Amino acid sequence: MVELNVNGNTVEVEADDDTRLLWAVRDHLGLTGTKYGCGGGFCGACTVLLDGNPVRSCQVRLSLAAGAEVTTIEGLSSDRNHPLQQAWIAEQVPQCGYCQSGQIMQAAALLDKNPNPSRDEIVRHMNGVICRCGTYTRIVAAIQRAAKEA
Amino acid sequence: MASMTSPKRSFSRRRFLGGAAGLTFAVGIGPKGTWLVANAAANVDGIDVGAWVRIAPDNRITIVTPAAEMGQGSMTGVPIALAEELDADWSQVDLEMAPAEPEIYGYQSRRGKSMGIYGSLAIRSYFDQMRLAGAQVRKVLVNAAATEWGVDPSTLITEPSTVVDPVNRRSLSYGEIASFARAPEELPSLSRDELKDPRDFRLIGTAVARHDVPAKVDGSAQYSIDVQLPGMVYASVVHAPVQVAKPVAWNDEAVSKLPGIVAVVGLEHGVAVVGKTFENVLAARSAFEIEWDSSAAATGFDSEPMLESGYAEMLNDAAGEVRVVNSAGSGAAVFDNAAKVYRREFRSDYAYHAQMEPLNAVARFDAAGKQVEVWEGTQAPGASRRAIAQALGLDVSQVEHHQQYLGGGFGRRSITDYTIEAALVARAVRLPVKLIWTREEDLAFGMFRPQNLQCVEAVLDESGKVTGWRHCVVGDGRGLLYSGINIEDYYKVPHRQIETRGASHGIRLKHWRAVAHPFNLFAIESLVDEIAVDAGLDPFTFRRERLGMTPKAQAVFDTVEAMSDWHTQRPTGRALGLSVSERSGSLGAGVVEISLNRDTGVIRVHKVWVAIDGGIIVQPDMARANIESGVVYGISSVLKERVTVKGGAVEQSNFHDYRLLRMTEAPEEIHVGFIDRDTPPTGLGEIGNPFIAAAVANAFFALTGKRLYHMPFTPERVRAALAA
Repeated sequence: MVELNVNGNTVEVEADDDTRLLWAVRDHLGLTGTKYGCGGGFCGACTVLLDGNPVRSCQVRLSLAAGAEVTTIEGLSSDRNHPLQQAWIAEQVPQCGYCQSGQIMQAAALLDKNPNPSRDEIVRHMNGVICRCGTYTRIVAAIQRAAKEA
Repeated sequence: MASMTSPKRSFSRRRFLGGAAGLTFAVGIGPKGTWLVANAAANVDGIDVGAWVRIAPDNRITIVTPAAEMGQGSMTGVPIALAEELDADWSQVDLEMAPAEPEIYGYQSRRGKSMGIYGSLAIRSYFDQMRLAGAQVRKVLVNAAATEWGVDPSTLITEPSTVVDPVNRRSLSYGEIASFARAPEELPSLSRDELKDPRDFRLIGTAVARHDVPAKVDGSAQYSIDVQLPGMVYASVVHAPVQVAKPVAWNDEAVSKLPGIVAVVGLEHGVAVVGKTFENVLAARSAFEIEWDSSAAATGFDSEPMLESGYAEMLNDAAGEVRVVNSAGSGAAVFDNAAKVYRREFRSDYAYHAQMEPLNAVARFDAAGKQVEVWEGTQAPGASRRAIAQALGLDVSQVEHHQQYLGGGFGRRSITDYTIEAALVARAVRLPVKLIWTREEDLAFGMFRPQNLQCVEAVLDESGKVTGWRHCVVGDGRGLLYSGINIEDYYKVPHRQIETRGASHGIRLKHWRAVAHPFNLFAIESLVDEIAVDAGLDPFTFRRERLGMTPKAQAVFDTVEAMSDWHTQRPTGRALGLSVSERSGSLGAGVVEISLNRDTGVIRVHKVWVAIDGGIIVQPDMARANIESGVVYGISSVLKERVTVKGGAVEQSNFHDYRLLRMTEAPEEIHVGFIDRDTPPTGLGEIGNPFIAAAVANAFFALTGKRLYHMPFTPERVRAALAA
């Protein structure tokens, strides 16, 4: 049994210490917005925030996540009103959509620390999250829009 | 906090047809064939009826959308055609995903009704059918209002979701009409000239937001991998490293005893392990010791020597079997007395779909083992449902199918091997099962775009015009090898012969985005560029004067020439390359601007311009997004992606060694232009990637004076080309 703080709630997960956060969040807590893409930390589809920092939840053991604040896409806003979510809709970013939770969480960490990033800063920060549908140009546009409108 | 996400409400015919007030329009299948019927007729027993449209008294209009949604936007785009002719207020429209019933929800294909969404078929296949259905429903509403008012229906017009009587200055909303109207036993007939003039479109050609986007920014969009059922267990399959080898024996007992493991189930091409949690399953996967049979066709197959030399030997084998796919004019005979002949060879590696959602499905049997429910994201719900029934020895009616969003398709999700596995495992353990292939499994047991060698020959007459084209593709995959050799669609080369020489390696192959077009157009347009350079002509001029263009080609080339500002000098270190693009009835021409790091051999595509004739563009922004997607998919494949096979086993295992294009490598600008047309829509999901290879290779030549003949253009190959 591991105690976690997820999206502001304290929850108990019946899993081993070395279970990866991804499966705890998705399967044990039913927060399926966070996606499994590769299991190796290569694609970023499983990105969540750990104390505000973007991490690949498929690589994070529960022993590490315990005691930290975990934020998933479900905890980013109550009704998709986060500036990034609004910008994602305005730019019609998602296609298949599978990577987009990871993209948005990765972007959220950027804007939190750097509210007005340059294009180059955006691209370098986002490089770890793969979009197979190739929505990259729209992701950049959406982050720039969110930065401007936030 | 929610501890479970339940499957989203599935389509229910009874709920749709029965009880609800208002007007429901359906498709009926009976002695008279397939026809649109109203709800009165829909309740007749013995006729198979599926609902398409419901208009409720509160003005909400529900349209059933038949197209698999894998990111291309068709679940929104297809019903827009219906809403357009219905003159529906789109803000009042709800969409429901159709059940897997192609007889009702399919489009008419050459092989009967189909719901298969591949080959960029959705919009172009459903467009007419949807428009006619929408217009017919609109006519019912207008007639009902006319009867109510006692006027001639021809005096009435419609505004969005409203019938208007302009003479007497009154109106009725569709919801109001639905609350009193009785639909006729048979719907009014409709002729094609009653459809809207494209100039009167209110929805087609405008920017309607995609239905699925909001759910895809807050994590609520449900893919099959997200389905959770009470009592559900998890499973994964270990397939043979050598593709399609069968398991002979395995350490069943040892794996079964591992923590949380519920069962081990032998399947035809692998062994499934079932556990209480997916982490249990992952741990057990690595504990397997499986003996595989050694008779699989792929045993011992090495892809690299085959591609480097094996195919060339086949090409030059005078006794080898040659299959002529297509011949025009005097075919290959034009080469006999040619003034000048070009002959070049091009190679392409295996490529993997790499859809972001690893293959997975959820299945649940009833206690008697007679009825199975499956949840999957599939490009072909009807075919999948049939295949599942067949694999389990069931009737199609015993398979209840729940279509989910697809986390990418690209051709991989039109075959349902993974869902069949889930259903077999669910039957074996009699528990609801979510079966997930790991990414490693998804790649190792992948179905690939075939590797191939292409030999391309062009004949020039004395005036320098290209008069003959001969194109031989060598490899495994038959139809997967030559889909993109349709020169007659854009150039006027009178004599043509297309051939294949087939091999068989036992490696699983599949339609990949645009099938064979990406490598076929690589060969065609690289050679065209080479001849143009020799002729000392600008590539646009060469194509116009020495190849001759169809009118469609003329338009897209002219447009992209202007869009890209082709004749303006680029900064030092940058160069442009040009290629035609063709796929699914659409035609395009694209230009890329590249730079090169000569030390590392890394090519970078900075800007892309592409002009496309896709007929009527139903949703311009969705269409642009499709092209942008194809462009990035194309660049990724052309610069980076390769699968190699050693001893019958795939050598790559995950995204660290099967590399995809990332954001720092993506183009900064993608400019998409559509030719203004009112011809029927053609496919746009796959025309964005086939031009990339030749455009990049031709830009590379402009920059370096060297040619690239082997795709992908990896840094090693680029450095080798520079050193040559």
